[in-house]
Amino acid sequence: MTSSTPTSTIFLVLRRLRTPLIVLILIFALSVLGLTLVPGPPDANGVIQRLSFFHSVYFFSYTATTIGFGEIPYAFSEQQRLWVTLCIYLSVIGWAYTLGTVFAMLQDKNFLNAVAVQRFARQVRRLREHFFLVCGYGETGRLICKALDELGYRAVVIEKDETKVGDLELQSYSADMPALCADAGEPDTLLFAGLNSRYCRGVIALTNDDSTNLAVAIAARLLAPALPALCRAEHAETVNNMASFGTRHIINPFEQFGEYMALALHSPAAYHLLLWLTGLPGTTVTRHRDPPVGKWVLCGYGSFGKVMTEALENASLPVTIIDRSPPVDPAHHWIKGDGTGADALAAAGIREAVGIVAATGNDVNNLSIVVTAHQMNPGLFTVLRQNQVANRALFDAFESDFTMVPSEIVAHECLAILTTPLLAPFLAAVRKADDAWAEALLQDVTGRFGWDVPAVWSVAINISQAPSVYRLLMRHEARLKLGDLLRAPVTGRPELACRALLLLREGDPPRLLPDADQEILLGDQLLFVGDETARKELGLTLFNAHTLNYVLTGLDSPGGLVWEWLAARRRAKDAAHG
Amino acid sequence: MNLEKVIFGFFIVFAATLNFGFFIGEIDNPSHHDIYELFAAIVVNLIATVLKFGDRTQIGAIHLATSLVADLQLLAAAMVWGYAVHVAGTGLTAGVMSSIVSLSGGALFANVISVVILIAETIMQRR
Repeated sequence: MTSSTPTSTIFLVLRRLRTPLIVLILIFALSVLGLTLVPGPPDANGVIQRLSFFHSVYFFSYTATTIGFGEIPYAFSEQQRLWVTLCIYLSVIGWAYTLGTVFAMLQDKNFLNAVAVQRFARQVRRLREHFFLVCGYGETGRLICKALDELGYRAVVIEKDETKVGDLELQSYSADMPALCADAGEPDTLLFAGLNSRYCRGVIALTNDDSTNLAVAIAARLLAPALPALCRAEHAETVNNMASFGTRHIINPFEQFGEYMALALHSPAAYHLLLWLTGLPGTTVTRHRDPPVGKWVLCGYGSFGKVMTEALENASLPVTIIDRSPPVDPAHHWIKGDGTGADALAAAGIREAVGIVAATGNDVNNLSIVVTAHQMNPGLFTVLRQNQVANRALFDAFESDFTMVPSEIVAHECLAILTTPLLAPFLAAVRKADDAWAEALLQDVTGRFGWDVPAVWSVAINISQAPSVYRLLMRHEARLKLGDLLRAPVTGRPELACRALLLLREGDPPRLLPDADQEILLGDQLLFVGDETARKELGLTLFNAHTLNYVLTGLDSPGGLVWEWLAARRRAKDAAHG
Repeated sequence: MNLEKVIFGFFIVFAATLNFGFFIGEIDNPSHHDIYELFAAIVVNLIATVLKFGDRTQIGAIHLATSLVADLQLLAAAMVWGYAVHVAGTGLTAGVMSSIVSLSGGALFANVISVVILIAETIMQRR
């Protein structure tokens, strides 16, 4: 039995306790048997008495358990006392052996692990809410768990590092999050964590080890093919490997940031719109300076540096690379040297440059590069790569134009995919659209809702997500317009603080920004952006037929058979008079 | 040959034989049923039960179940004996004796099942 196999703990205990239990039974049996055989004192008639089995068991039970009532039912003979002395020592040895085995077992790593696995599996089995399976509770994992908790989802966490699991227990999440300290790369562990559970909504592999993420991806693909799997990958080989067996979402933070950068260069408004829509709940997005057009300097040509160079060159901006190693790609203008020093920066022409990218794998070096460069050319647009979340204070103090934090990028992307599936097609449309359109939309929505990250949610017009609208449309009583639906169920029926971004209808091309006159049909899927109150009020309208009726007509409809009948009578009377 | 299997088989068969030895005889005649034999049967049955702990197979589960039944029946028989002699004070009447022996008869049945499973298991293994 290895530590990772799911042992039924009770069997493990029983197996270990076999020998001590048999020893105890033997000692007890031998002592009792001896007591019935040893001659006792003579009775009044001079006949030798012997203890019966009943009395022997009684006497030995209280002697062996150290209660010691004394010599019952009569004062013992010397032979009996001799035998009892022997029995007492025997029983002490028996107990000491048994207790020793039990305590050794309680401290045994395998046993403790088996208990922990069992408790975790039980917790997961008893979950009766939808949850996400999060593998790896690092910086990204923490961000995701916090966001999921705020959005009202549960998470089940697998983390290899014991201290991080302890850290999770200290966090004050509103819901209890079952966590197991184990290797997520093992399929068994994933099964315990509820990969097959019907409440599992998705698997998120965020460990800092690409091969573990790959193992999670393939396990999810084979064991739960219907489940969306989100996997972080930093190396191109891993990305290709994951893509080869059809992993739904592969998130490479470097690629992602490269795309952001490309978008920011191509269409700053679209970039800000994307940032605003996919931000972490409860945060505020600030409008950046738009990246300028001109000569760029990049320090550190690693995997991130490569992606950034590509993004800049695709926007046809000249890039000068500073790296400690000799040129690997002769196509670029390459300075061999240390970006932290003024010499190399001067050689790269920092004084004529418009922007600098500090892309090395070392946070202190990156900060040193941008601080030096900033002194030489204060107007520079700075892009900083932050590797450790722990260095946030330093990066905040510098106030760079762009900061690339891999953990935050992965978290944004995961949340956007998981919580609002309709967001992805909308964002794809935003990426393709021209800057003027994006600018107009950005002005409109941020003017209405501010720069705080809004609530973004999708609604499907079907029986489970919008039962009241479903029933209304099934009766074919009226045509329903989007604008009529988006009203608050309070006096005056003011417009809800939300806006429809996308309407998907089967057979039709996606409609961006449907207006108030858009007709709603059964089976439509809608993406909304707005504030949290609007989301709740729309939810009420979609679920409650009376609320829907009020929102559409402004009339409070009576509930209950008697009142409905009375109201119908009154209406009939009014009609007759009118 | 496996020493563990020898010990396992020994205790199961021994439990059944001791049980049978106590059970055989006229049902209401105390002189046909020895108290030491009952005691030995209980002890050996308990040991056999403990030996069956921790086997997760289906056969292991049935083994354990039959042993637990036998333990329960034999302990009940011992309790009836103790109650009749020491608590009620009626002594070993024919009625008391027959209830003790019939209880041990039930245990014997469970023990026989145990032995049958043991034999079946052995025959199934073609090694």
